Amino acid sequence: MTIAGLKKNKTYQKYASFFRLRFVMGLQYRAAALAGVVTQFMWGFLEIKVFLAFEQSSPAAFPMTFGQLAAYEWLQQAFLAFFMAWMMEPEIFECITDGNVSYELCRPVDLYHMWFARSMATRLSRGLLRCFPILTVAALLPAPYRLMPPCSLSAAVWFVITMLLGLSVTVALCMIIYMLTFFTVSSLGLRLVFSCAVEFLQGAVIPLPFFPPTLQRIMERLPFASMQNVPLLIYSGSISGAAIWRAAGLQIFWLAALILIGKNIGRYAMKKTTVQGG
Amino acid sequence: MEKTKKISGAKLYRRYLSIHVRSVMQYKASFWMTTVGQFLTSLNMLLGVYFMFRRFGSVKGYTFSEVLLCSSIMLMEYSLGECIARGFDTFPAMVRKGGFDRVMTRPRSAVLQVLGSNIELTRVGRMTMAVIMFVYGISHSGVHWSAGRVMTVIFMLIGGTALFCGIFLIYAALCFYTLDGLEFMNILTDGAREYGKYPVNLYGKRMLQFCTFAVPYALVQYYPLTYLTGRSDNLFTMFLPLLATVFLIPCYLLWRVGLRHYQSSGS
Amino acid sequence: MIVMKNICKTYKVTRRNAGFKEAARSFFRRETETVTALDHVSFTIHDGETVGYIGPNGAGKSTTVKILSGILTPDSGECLVDGRVPWKNRIRHVAQIGVIFGQRSQLWWDVPVIDSFELLRDIYSIPPDTYRANLDEMTELLGLSEILRTPTRQLSLGQRMRCELAASLLHSPKILFLDEPTIGLDAVSKIAVREFIVKRNRAHGTTVILTTHDMQDIEAITRRIILIGKGKILLDGGLDELRRGGEDIDHTVAELYRSYEI
Repeated sequence: MTIAGLKKNKTYQKYASFFRLRFVMGLQYRAAALAGVVTQFMWGFLEIKVFLAFEQSSPAAFPMTFGQLAAYEWLQQAFLAFFMAWMMEPEIFECITDGNVSYELCRPVDLYHMWFARSMATRLSRGLLRCFPILTVAALLPAPYRLMPPCSLSAAVWFVITMLLGLSVTVALCMIIYMLTFFTVSSLGLRLVFSCAVEFLQGAVIPLPFFPPTLQRIMERLPFASMQNVPLLIYSGSISGAAIWRAAGLQIFWLAALILIGKNIGRYAMKKTTVQGG
Repeated sequence: MEKTKKISGAKLYRRYLSIHVRSVMQYKASFWMTTVGQFLTSLNMLLGVYFMFRRFGSVKGYTFSEVLLCSSIMLMEYSLGECIARGFDTFPAMVRKGGFDRVMTRPRSAVLQVLGSNIELTRVGRMTMAVIMFVYGISHSGVHWSAGRVMTVIFMLIGGTALFCGIFLIYAALCFYTLDGLEFMNILTDGAREYGKYPVNLYGKRMLQFCTFAVPYALVQYYPLTYLTGRSDNLFTMFLPLLATVFLIPCYLLWRVGLRHYQSSGS
Repeated sequence: MIVMKNICKTYKVTRRNAGFKEAARSFFRRETETVTALDHVSFTIHDGETVGYIGPNGAGKSTTVKILSGILTPDSGECLVDGRVPWKNRIRHVAQIGVIFGQRSQLWWDVPVIDSFELLRDIYSIPPDTYRANLDEMTELLGLSEILRTPTRQLSLGQRMRCELAASLLHSPKILFLDEPTIGLDAVSKIAVREFIVKRNRAHGTTVILTTHDMQDIEAITRRIILIGKGKILLDGGLDELRRGGEDIDHTVAELYRSYEI
């Protein structure tokens, strides 16, 4: 193996061991995992109940089949850890505000990559631990609450692909917030406004198809729609055919753009930190 | 020390409050930001409801302004409860850091001291949002305000605040046994705030039963609401919210049991 | 007077092993084991005594203090402090004791020290005259006049500890429990704290029970030491009897630990 290859392998190992650590930590808090599952399950159930009541009041106004809505809600709950912007890493904020980040800068890994990998690891381990019980129970429920299977095999494949892309977009978005924190005294305000706006625009308060058409068209083009909106709608067939390619393409575009923005802000932040001496 | 008159609990609580007000003044920026954040989160809730009604017009016969009335009262109850009982909500941290041992070495009731340990004034943000929604709700829902209806709203606020305080007390009581996995209690707190925006009967008959007899949300929400909106003229429903304060009794008993466990396990 | 007779206390703890496989396994099954914290602990402490309660980490020191201060209930045995069972009449009991945990503050972090004192006055319902007299005395002895108006978070560790001492004595407790009161302090503050405790004991007859790893604390403050190891009282006697000749206190204690294999 070449030296470059060896180095790359070592870096990969670092990230892998970090992921393992996170996963083990997640496993140890078994009561927390169980409680999380129960909570998210109840959440999904109540959410579906609300939509059911609206559907019964005026069925014609419902923009999708009820099964599709149920699928959207269950998947949102099952993969909450993948897409919720407010689930950021408190330790990262701490180490930026108290200046301990200068220790991190001494390590032989790129800060952006390390934090990106770390956030992915946290979200993946949390999501994977919690999704299976929710999905299993949801699939066994009677209609109209039942989680339907993916509408086709290709939809299932696309679901997985776009979900990973969506997760990456979420992390890339959070990375921008971490990097912006270097320029603030307290990250609190930034985080609050960001979390609230993203929650609404990504379709976590109500799914995007429930918004008025014009608003929906605008929201679909924003990076926030590339988070949960795309994979969840592909699963149930709300997005199909050529629209899938467009949506996935937009996801890749936003992922690249957000990473670029994050890295550049990061570069400025590093310059500022080294000049100030931490 | 000679025998002296103990100062009353209410007076002591006011002293705690004054300490918290003075502490907050030290961090004005952070206080205002959190307050604005609280405001924004409830704005999301309002927007969600707004766009649902824009599409569907009504739900189970309730209009937008009626739902606003319901959700704003619930939000006020929750904000008040959280502001008062924040000490219970943040109780895990207190236990973990050993702060509760300190409480135990002081000659006042533990409940009073825990309440005094944290009074969350930033909930004023949520409260403001709730008041705005409430004002909109009453001006558009065509409720005929009588002395009885005004009393009903006041009773709802009292009963609802007590109910949420009770739930936070249960949460703290469970902390004596484990600090792990109490997330499920969020269903009863955050869940009630989020989903209590719609009248409970929207969630079906069984949910209504649960919210009447197990955790009495319906007593401070659905039943008095039927009176407020003129769906029922049964005067009894007006006083139901006060009945919800009885919920505090089992909560307190649970706390006592938990405290005894803490004293024997020391965890 | 404090009387402890055959006090026993055990805890249940869950075991967590390292490794991925172990973590996955313990997800389904968790093993607990019982740990004995106190094993038939008995001693008597008279009014006005100064006692150093020593032993290695995990020997049962803080469990004892927690039992004496009414926080913990023992599994078995008897304990009377001035005729009261601490955990049975908690509120009446704790009004008569002062407790200092060296690692944790009892003052409110963001407000001036004097505000904390006033809140403590209300919590303990201290009569105005007593409060005034105690505050004046301690302001003078501990040199607090300069720092009473400063928020706690801005105090140095030494300043804070002096305020902690004052805070735990405002209600004139008969017994003072001190848990590592000099940890992390500089030499000047350490000496000030020690001298103050000695003075307080002489002037007011306050019983002092001190747990610490700092043997200079023991030497300066206490006349008697109780050594605990693995939950058992191993030794209880005068400080002078322990020292055979001119050895310094650190060596004496190290020798003790070695001889008891703790």
